Amino acid sequence: MRPLAEAAGRPWTQSPPWRVTANRRESHDTVTLELEPREPFGFRPGQFNMLRVPGIGEVPISISGDPSAPGPVSHTIRGVGAVTHALCTARPGDEIGVRGPYGTSWPLAEAEGGDLVVVAGGIGLPPLRPAIYHALAHRGSFGRLVLLYGARTPSDLLFAGQLAAWRAMIDVAVTVDTADRAWHGNVGVVPDLIGRARFEPGNSVAFTVGPEIMMRFTVRALLAAGLPEDRVFLSMERDMQCAAALCGHCQLGPFLVCRDGPVFRYRPLARWLGVREL
Amino acid sequence: MPQTLEPLLRRHEFFAGMDREYLALIAGCARNVVFGDGAFLFREGDPAQAFYLVRDGAVALEVTAPGRVVTVQTLGAGEMVGFSWLMGPHRWHFDGRAVGRLRAVEMDGACLRAKCEADPRLGFDLMQRFALLASRRLQAARLQILDVYGHAPAG
Repeated sequence: MRPLAEAAGRPWTQSPPWRVTANRRESHDTVTLELEPREPFGFRPGQFNMLRVPGIGEVPISISGDPSAPGPVSHTIRGVGAVTHALCTARPGDEIGVRGPYGTSWPLAEAEGGDLVVVAGGIGLPPLRPAIYHALAHRGSFGRLVLLYGARTPSDLLFAGQLAAWRAMIDVAVTVDTADRAWHGNVGVVPDLIGRARFEPGNSVAFTVGPEIMMRFTVRALLAAGLPEDRVFLSMERDMQCAAALCGHCQLGPFLVCRDGPVFRYRPLARWLGVREL
Repeated sequence: MPQTLEPLLRRHEFFAGMDREYLALIAGCARNVVFGDGAFLFREGDPAQAFYLVRDGAVALEVTAPGRVVTVQTLGAGEMVGFSWLMGPHRWHFDGRAVGRLRAVEMDGACLRAKCEADPRLGFDLMQRFALLASRRLQAARLQILDVYGHAPAG
């Protein structure tokens, strides 16, 4: 892996913008932007960058590409607001403000030697994709690799071509909440896939990302399947604005998600997940 | 002598842990069935006289609305399909359609109800299994209607 950029520690105003090299449509509302850094850049799976569109704003976006691949850095973005819509319409040659990488990463070393269960919901797959790339690049270090992925409808599924390719290498199960007859796959919620998946609960680590309600149900299903609480990790989304543990917008109980997360071990987070208004 | 389906029932997740004595008893209500891709096991509103234990393939539960058919759930190998045989008015609430070639065990509802009435311990065992499954499906249905992927925070 290339060295981590020093850019994260300096004022964003001093970070040179990155150039868009490609804009790839993943679904009707989601694109992957390939951004070319101006200086050496590296990241760990699960980390995020702050992407800035001048005059509109800045948002945290997970890095969705292969952490060991040289060249442009992938960011997968769903257009849900002013900044993300502007990012989704960026064209090759445009410049985007970038600072990062920030945050904690997936504890892949801890998962080595056992099965790795990855549970993604909706736009939760992009922040997990670098972990899957890593696990595939170090295939011999892991037992069974299981990807369980849920989306709203078939047209919302991301990385469809890649999912098909991964099926040859790992256990992949996909489900959607609703579909018409053109869909021949599974219909149901992603936590229901856990009971059907093949892995050794006592020798597994699970990573999950998705809407918070989906993650709560997912964690319940993982624990019911026999995974210990301290072997379950999740990535949290909160209103991250500074990404430098200064503004406090992303506070979750005693944690600042931008500094202490986004990847958390479930056990210390558990009591805060069910607290109203947090 | 016809071969009993007891070994098939014993291996199916729905009957996991059930007394062999009961499995032998209810195997008399079971028969193997095969459906081709797209074939209907049952249609909404029809009398519900059975439930199904999926062995291979899957069943899509569908509801038809003007101009469209929506799949609300699919149930695959190891799963049970059908609660409507259990409670009045014993009519199907959805269409059940085979996705791919489907192999299943069909359990005769009237036969089972009679055995449950004759032996309340068997009845209690079966009701516990159906209640647990109904509870899980209810939780899943609640999560499904929350439409959790449709409400991302704007940014």
